[in-house]
Amino acid sequence: MDAGLVAAQLLNGLQLGVLLFLLASGLTLIFGIMDFVNLAHGSLYMVGAYFCATLTDATGSFLLAVALALPATALVGAAVELLVVRRLYRRDHLDHVLATFGLILCFDALVQIIWGPEGMAIRLPAWADGQQHLPGGLVFPTYRLLIIGAGLAVAAGLYVLVVKTKLGMRIRAGASNPAMAGALGIDIGLLFTLVFALGAVMAGLAGMMIAPITEASIGMGNEIIITAFVVVIVGGIGSIRGAFVAALLIGLIDTMGRSFLDMGLKLVIDVQAAETSAPALSAMLIYILMAAVLAFRPQGLFPPKAR
Amino acid sequence: MKKTALALAAAAALLASPSFGADKVKIGFVTTVTTPAGVIGRDMVDAVNLAMKDIGGMMGGLEVELIIEDDGFKPEIGKQKTDKLVKQDDVHFVAGFIWSHVLLASRKSALDGGKFLISSNAGPSQIAGKLCHENFFSTSWQNDQTPMAMGEVLNQRGVKSLYVMAPNYAAGKNMVSGVERTFKGEILGKDMTKWGKDAQLDFSAELAKAKASGADGIFVFYPGKAGGAFIKQYQQAGLQGEIALYTVFTVDSIALPNLQKAGMSGVLGSLNTQFWGPDLDTPQNKKFVSGFKEAYGRYPSFYAAQSYDTIFLIKSAVEAVGGNMDDMDGMRAAMMKADFPSVRGPFRYGNNHFPIQNFYLRQVVEDADGVWTTTVVDTVLKDHQDVYAAECKM
Repeated sequence: MDAGLVAAQLLNGLQLGVLLFLLASGLTLIFGIMDFVNLAHGSLYMVGAYFCATLTDATGSFLLAVALALPATALVGAAVELLVVRRLYRRDHLDHVLATFGLILCFDALVQIIWGPEGMAIRLPAWADGQQHLPGGLVFPTYRLLIIGAGLAVAAGLYVLVVKTKLGMRIRAGASNPAMAGALGIDIGLLFTLVFALGAVMAGLAGMMIAPITEASIGMGNEIIITAFVVVIVGGIGSIRGAFVAALLIGLIDTMGRSFLDMGLKLVIDVQAAETSAPALSAMLIYILMAAVLAFRPQGLFPPKAR
Repeated sequence: MKKTALALAAAAALLASPSFGADKVKIGFVTTVTTPAGVIGRDMVDAVNLAMKDIGGMMGGLEVELIIEDDGFKPEIGKQKTDKLVKQDDVHFVAGFIWSHVLLASRKSALDGGKFLISSNAGPSQIAGKLCHENFFSTSWQNDQTPMAMGEVLNQRGVKSLYVMAPNYAAGKNMVSGVERTFKGEILGKDMTKWGKDAQLDFSAELAKAKASGADGIFVFYPGKAGGAFIKQYQQAGLQGEIALYTVFTVDSIALPNLQKAGMSGVLGSLNTQFWGPDLDTPQNKKFVSGFKEAYGRYPSFYAAQSYDTIFLIKSAVEAVGGNMDDMDGMRAAMMKADFPSVRGPFRYGNNHFPIQNFYLRQVVEDADGVWTTTVVDTVLKDHQDVYAAECKM
């Protein structure tokens, strides 16, 4: 096996991992703090991508479009919280799932009405569209390196926000014991709206970052949201640190599985069988990991303290 | 008493009316309208509506009723919708079907219900071979044929080694076996990626493997919007100029507008094979392409071309029996002649009711208006019949 290929696949895995983290961090905060199951988190990812694509067309600049699309996505997130989600906190998880599944259908239909079924491409600026020559003769797409950099920067920013700021203290208090936090004078309603909007921004950012690679398309969030839920469960519900570690772990496992599983299988079973079973098996790997975590450490790898 | 009798008579008349022969030709059309693949369904529905307009909504003196159904990109929904068309709407023809796995799941419902089943796109090997049926017709191709043509092109161009990528479903497997059947060089690697409603669209890992394999060329089959995503990532990964791109059903008028918008000029000049092209010089194709562009402001895709042909094939059948919709044998005999103006020009049907037709090499170019499209550059296979026809006992 060639070392350059392994290094390239590690970077690919890392890129998928940071993308998953952006989605899962919002999901785990909303799940951990509001005890709310938000299947429609992927719709905010889609909305972010479409906003960014539309604004890139309008302004001609991808970076400016991202800067404008982030607050726009936050507003959509806040509106969803105020109009729909707020009414559901007291209901049980099944109602959350039903209501947010309905939201997915609404968002998908709305996008089809507004933007049509054909999806939207985003043109990258020339400086982001090429490849970088890394040490060791490795050539890697510039844009994917940018995703890794931006994702890690956001993770660091989130860490500072949650651990070092007053708002972060409130978020952590809300996650540990919302009733007590409310009794101590924290405006829980406002906090919930803020957290939901924050989650929406991060999901939207993930959508904006992937759109130049795969295009903005209807239902684009519905696949990745499942993987993001796996990240949340593996990492520990409500834990941002857990989400970070689990996202990178799952990004790497998924990419490595897709890359090397067929080679490995060909050593033990015949080529034909390896070729047909490898894709199915590599798609299963992350769920096997989740099952193992649920069996041996049901609270997740890094459960938040003082639950 | 008299009242009751009258009421009964009225009820009987009401109940009886549907059996007074058919006063309409009913066509059910199953395609994908929702999900990202809805962009393909839109092209097909647009083409069918254009064909309906071009024939004035009439066939053999009968009015035509068209019922569009959405399969949601799922075999089980496609089957449900086919059941509905057969049992509830009692259509004469069930047509459409983008996806091989949806067609395979829906096939029995239509054929056991005694209806004609017309595939406007999917051409799975099973239906061309062992599962062939007298009431099934295709206005497209068998899945293996187009990649077989590509395999010949690769041999002609001296490509010695190939990396292969396709989605992991019925048609993806046929496409791979098709190119393997004719390509004489070595296949250095193969990836079958996840497909369906939550298809894999990020191919970073696979592209890194393809690059490391050192193959001369890469052969891919990614229909619909996955095609655009693949081409973008191929160019972003810097593979252009390192590993030449050969595609089937990937670079079409659905993917090209978005690729052009994203500035993916790497796709210009790339080669693909197909039974048809928007610039193919036949009278029906000229009428179709110009009508489609005028009505919808874009180039039609091959999906649209096949859907347009579907309506004209049905029309030829209905006219041959003078609108007697109970004459299944007459309609079948008429369709087997393929005696209708096809966008691909004249062709004939094989024993399995798949077309025996030419396959062309096409290249991506910029047209006079600066719009990216494909142009036919060569005929690769002449009057080609699929290999599964021999397994069909018909």
